[in-house]
Amino acid sequence: MSHSDLPPELRYAKTHEWLNLATDGTATIGITKHAQDALGDITFVQLPRVGTVLKTGEVFGVVESVKSASDLYVPVAGTVLAVNEELELAPELVNRAPYDEGWMIRLAVADPSEATALMGAAAYAQSLP
Amino acid sequence: MSTLRCTPLRDFHAAHGARLVDFAGWEMPVQYHSILEEHKAVRRAAGLVDVSHMGEVAIEGSAALAYLQRLLPNDIARLAPGGVLYSPMCNASGGTVDDLLVYRRGPDEFLLCINAGNIAKDLAWLREQSAGFAVTLADRSDAYALLALQGPRALEILQPLTRSPLAQLRYYHFCEGTVAGTPCLISRTGYTGEDGFELYHAPDAAPRLAQTLLDAGTPHGMVLAGLGARDSLRLEAGYPLHGHELSDEISPLAAGLGWTVKFDKGIDFIGRAALQAEKLNGSPRRVIFFRTGDRRIVRHGTPVLGATGATVGQVLSGTLSPILNEAIGSALIDSAATNQPLTAEIRGTAIALHRVQPPFIPLKKSP
Repeated sequence: MSHSDLPPELRYAKTHEWLNLATDGTATIGITKHAQDALGDITFVQLPRVGTVLKTGEVFGVVESVKSASDLYVPVAGTVLAVNEELELAPELVNRAPYDEGWMIRLAVADPSEATALMGAAAYAQSLP
Repeated sequence: MSTLRCTPLRDFHAAHGARLVDFAGWEMPVQYHSILEEHKAVRRAAGLVDVSHMGEVAIEGSAALAYLQRLLPNDIARLAPGGVLYSPMCNASGGTVDDLLVYRRGPDEFLLCINAGNIAKDLAWLREQSAGFAVTLADRSDAYALLALQGPRALEILQPLTRSPLAQLRYYHFCEGTVAGTPCLISRTGYTGEDGFELYHAPDAAPRLAQTLLDAGTPHGMVLAGLGARDSLRLEAGYPLHGHELSDEISPLAAGLGWTVKFDKGIDFIGRAALQAEKLNGSPRRVIFFRTGDRRIVRHGTPVLGATGATVGQVLSGTLSPILNEAIGSALIDSAATNQPLTAEIRGTAIALHRVQPPFIPLKKSP
């Protein structure tokens, strides 16, 4: 995958989550186009409750496709501020718009330097097979 | 790790964006773009599925009918030339070696279509059971490619490509003809619950035939469909898949396929005594089908819990029904528990399994 397909403003985890850090210290998290493509048709997304406190690398949910169920890992520590409730009825948004309507959780990030330490688009592109 | 076998359409699939996976030792397309969309296209219009990995065995000779009557629980004598019959093939304990289609091409000439993953096992079984019968068995699996054209628009798509009068070809019947110049055994059968045709033809003709069908079908809304859609289509239709709803341990009676076991045909077919006893005493475990009202898929191997929370069985097949938009599946359940409220646990949440008499949706296959 060429890195021009990856939004340059996002940070990326090797477990294929993306993170968009806002100036107010909150971050939106979802999975990459590569991840949704590998999963195929997404049929269910299980997300945490608002207020859940997550440690770096902790499982924050599960994404199910016709063929498998996979854990979702939070790339930075923080507290869940919001979850994308649209996904309950329309999990296919993750396939259709993984970087926009397919977002999963919004987090109050504990330590923003953790977010900046994640991969940029070029490094993530290089990590893909 | 042995090398994967491929069908003559492997490059055709790759060129059309297929995701190729290992399926029973074959490199097969699980999907092209979306399993859910391919499934819906078959129900709405049509789909074209490569099932060339299926095995074919020719059985010929003066004792061919007698041999098949001994081999299979269904009544092959009822099959006239040009007819197709579904039958399980049982072992002496009544378990299911495989399930298959029998084509009668003449008084002493039959063709079996068997599951890809069972070809070697079936051939050994067929040969072992042929002792004493004046029959010849020939593995014809490499002689046939097989394309399944399935869906309500299948007839409209196929008829302009053949002179065979398809409207007169009844469900579970076949004819020999040509499709777009390719000699084919044209069978009005399928594994989706829709009207449709399965075209047996020479492997070297497969890429051209597939492209011709794709060109003819696209204006009708036909899509290429992979084995992912084929599996959800067959489960929605309530059809068994060997290795799931049928196995060496699951008899056709336990699977709810009693109609395929013809005790009254007057032949001591293999497994008859065991199946007779099972019918008399009741199957100890039974295959049930369920829907959940929830989108979480209850997957193969998940334990099924009864009223007291004890394990009373396990899930055999599970998928999301793209038509019902909820998880559906099948499970093997202790017969004593089949009327209890059943649940399965997914990541700590108990999901109620509501029993359904399949098919899950009304089927529109031709009469």
